[in-house]
Amino acid sequence: MSGTEPLVVWFENCRNDMVEEVGGKCASLGELINAGIRVPPGFAITSAAYRHFMEGNKVLSQVDDILKGIAENDIASLEKASEIIRTEIEKTEFSIELEDQVAEFYRKLSINSYLPAAPVAVRSSATAEDLPDASFAGQQDTFLWVRGVDNVLARTRECISSLFTGRAIGYRMKMGFDHKDVGLCVGVQKMANSFTAGVMFTLNPSNGDRSSIVIDSNWGFGESVVSGEVTPDQFLVNKISMEVIKRTISDKEMLYTVDHVNQKSKKSKVPEERRKIQSVVDEELIELARMGKLIEQHYGRPMDIEWAIDKDMPEGGNIFILQARPETVWADKKIEPISKPGSTAMDHILKTMMTGKKL
Amino acid sequence: MTSKFPSPHDVEKIPGTEGWERMYPYQYQFVEEDDDPERHQYEKDAFWFYDGLHYPEPIYPFDFIWDEAWFLALSQNNTRVFSLPPVNGIDHRNINGYPYIATVPVKDPEEVGARVEHFMERAGYYYENWNDLEAKWEVKMKGIIGELENLKIPGLPELEDISAVKEGTGESSGFHLLQAYDKLIDLGIQCWQYHFEFLNLGYASYVTFMDFAQNMFPDIPAQRVTQMISGIDVIMYRPDEELKKLAKLAIELGLAEQVKANKNIDTLRSVLGEANGGSKWLAAFEEARHPWFNVSTGTGWYHHDKSWNDDLTIPLGSIGDYIAKIQKGDSIDRPLAEVQKQRDEITAEYRALITTDEDRATFDQLLGTAKLVFPYVENHLFYVEHWFHSVFWNKVREVSTLLTGHGIFEDVEDVWYLKRSEVKDAIWDMVTAWATGVKPRGQKTWPREIAWRKGVMEKFKAWSPPPAIGTKPEVIQDPFAIVLWGVTNESLNSWAELAGNDDPTSIKSFTGFAGSPGKARGKARVCRTVAEVAELEDGEILVAPTTSPSWAPVFSKIGACVTDVGGVMSHAAIVCREYGMPAVVGTGHATKIIQTGQMIEVDGTTGEINIV
Repeated sequence: MSGTEPLVVWFENCRNDMVEEVGGKCASLGELINAGIRVPPGFAITSAAYRHFMEGNKVLSQVDDILKGIAENDIASLEKASEIIRTEIEKTEFSIELEDQVAEFYRKLSINSYLPAAPVAVRSSATAEDLPDASFAGQQDTFLWVRGVDNVLARTRECISSLFTGRAIGYRMKMGFDHKDVGLCVGVQKMANSFTAGVMFTLNPSNGDRSSIVIDSNWGFGESVVSGEVTPDQFLVNKISMEVIKRTISDKEMLYTVDHVNQKSKKSKVPEERRKIQSVVDEELIELARMGKLIEQHYGRPMDIEWAIDKDMPEGGNIFILQARPETVWADKKIEPISKPGSTAMDHILKTMMTGKKL
Repeated sequence: MTSKFPSPHDVEKIPGTEGWERMYPYQYQFVEEDDDPERHQYEKDAFWFYDGLHYPEPIYPFDFIWDEAWFLALSQNNTRVFSLPPVNGIDHRNINGYPYIATVPVKDPEEVGARVEHFMERAGYYYENWNDLEAKWEVKMKGIIGELENLKIPGLPELEDISAVKEGTGESSGFHLLQAYDKLIDLGIQCWQYHFEFLNLGYASYVTFMDFAQNMFPDIPAQRVTQMISGIDVIMYRPDEELKKLAKLAIELGLAEQVKANKNIDTLRSVLGEANGGSKWLAAFEEARHPWFNVSTGTGWYHHDKSWNDDLTIPLGSIGDYIAKIQKGDSIDRPLAEVQKQRDEITAEYRALITTDEDRATFDQLLGTAKLVFPYVENHLFYVEHWFHSVFWNKVREVSTLLTGHGIFEDVEDVWYLKRSEVKDAIWDMVTAWATGVKPRGQKTWPREIAWRKGVMEKFKAWSPPPAIGTKPEVIQDPFAIVLWGVTNESLNSWAELAGNDDPTSIKSFTGFAGSPGKARGKARVCRTVAEVAELEDGEILVAPTTSPSWAPVFSKIGACVTDVGGVMSHAAIVCREYGMPAVVGTGHATKIIQTGQMIEVDGTTGEINIV
């Protein structure tokens, strides 16, 4: 081991220029945190850790032997080889040093989350995510609601092994990538235990007004809002003055909560007394809008954002951004000026007067 | 077309007021169908709304002068001077002493087209030369206020002064009194001619900027648009500033306790007369009074809206409040720099969101025009409704004092129950009787009539005028009507809804215009008169039919403000924005729904009010 490259890094110490070390996802999470956006806390198990694991246990050299002579389109042989490699990876222990570090980070994460063993999402964050074929990156697995350091380590190994699915191996062979050059990082992030969640647009999707932020919300996980299974509450926030200017409270019949046994979300009914009440309070709306505005400034364009309010976390530190991507419907529209070139104030006054005010 | 509003001819008659029509100009009456079918149909088709902003209560027959004056002035400018293409003047009617107005659209498209050219030339000239013309306006205005202040109301002597003989004037005091009365009325009408010289053009420019901003940003709250024009120093704040200066001066001169303790000016004069620096403070006080204490405690539209000069306990009370605040360590200064900073930030942020150069250029242009007209739109109020009116009412009282002295009135305040033409008749009665050496006939007729009219006025006051009547049109095009009444679909619908509720106190939440942003929760204090305003306690929420500049000192006391009438450019909304406190305006019925002492929540951002 070189000893200089860190094996585990907190998200807040990740940056956009660290894709090689921590992978694309963790790098951009770190970037968001440093732009002042709160994302669920977590850490990255770095590509250095991955390399040490693979090299230290001679796993990687065995990979070449196992794959010798297999053609890129020989799916049956690839799957067989994959099986061998993945089993090997999943039964190989991490070094004590790495295990210690992951355990230490996980312990701190749990403490910071006010939980004995924080449920986390363990997901791969490939260093090759910027490759043109996105499906390559999508090969690796994501594990939700993982608890306990042993489970985290086991899922991490599964993430690593998912680099060696038959399809991924074949793809690299076809593209001429050396398996040794592939790097992988694993992000371990606290699951947002959503009390309330939803989406936020940093413009008004119904009229394109860029001075507005529109927030949709429901109880539980954001899934019910994203999937459209529920009519969410809707709030209009003025992006400039940061005030809620319109509230539409809906009758919210269902929500998603966690099913810890199966480690996934499940549908349930919203208790009668909570159905028709505002699912996010104004202070939270303003905080969300403030984050939305920061994200928009960071990316330089209107954004479509998923967020959650975590019931495990203390008030004032419980609003999280889960995902942010560019808004495309209005942003891609060509905007024609309302004003004719060279028009005078008098032209506008006349026009306004002629139009009048609708009653 | 169906309307939620009653037909003008179906509005209930109040028992015991039969014959009230003779108290007002005849052309203000809605007509019966068999009397004048054409006019009747016109009245049914028009949309009349109650001008509650200027008239929170029924108009006294004499006070009706201002309604006629602005009827003429606004309409002449729209129709005959500036040739507003789509709209003629504003027509007026009167039900039970409450004025209703309707805009009169130009219906023939060809005529509209033909008026465009004139409008562009005439209105264009005013906008281009706004500052010069405004400077001229101020000179004219101060000129007629000077004439008014210097106008002598001559008494009727037992024997004319010898000078009538020696100078061979050939005229009597009776004639001079008739002349002075005519002059008094003429000055009033003339003052109102000037009032509307710029006003509708000013409002047109506001509405245009507002429209453009809402076009760019469909969600922009109206108060954000007006905020971009805020922070411009106008003389409307001057009377209040003078009180603050006097409060500071009292502290500086070590007279704080004496000034705080003495609300009666005569006592204060004698107390300060003996104190060191007392004469300096009193001189500053006298200087501030002229003209700045000519500020009405009401809208200025009613004779009983006393000015600070009429009742010096009001400004002295406010000075005392300011002194107490300073002593407590609170700032009493209007946060002008902060308002300006916020204005500039908000303007820059919105501007930065405009995506094309053309629209950014238009934004700058229209914001510039709106800022150009702003001072006039605010300042005219001080000159006309406050300064001129305050002096005017007292001149009429001088006339009335003579009539009372000659037994035609029982009380000086009886004059308001006569139309101004009837006052002229009464003066004729008086001067001819005086000249002849007999008793005026009016000694018997007027007291009887006035007693009856007082009863009628009481009944009118107890009556609730519907916010609007007639047929709702698709659009209104008169800038004055749009801005001041802020008549929108929303507010009219909610007004209509509330109007249909027999028990307004059963309503627990309602909305108005979001006048000034922010939220507040506090005890409500319903104030219909300046006397009730004096009862306001710190942190209470002021609920009033409307507010006037003389109420300014209460804005440093209250937590929020709610009004029945007014749009985002109404006084309450403007002042609250300047003080950074929430306001919901134009609620239609807040003073009827809310009761003093109730806990209420006011959201000046959404316009929502909840009684908790």
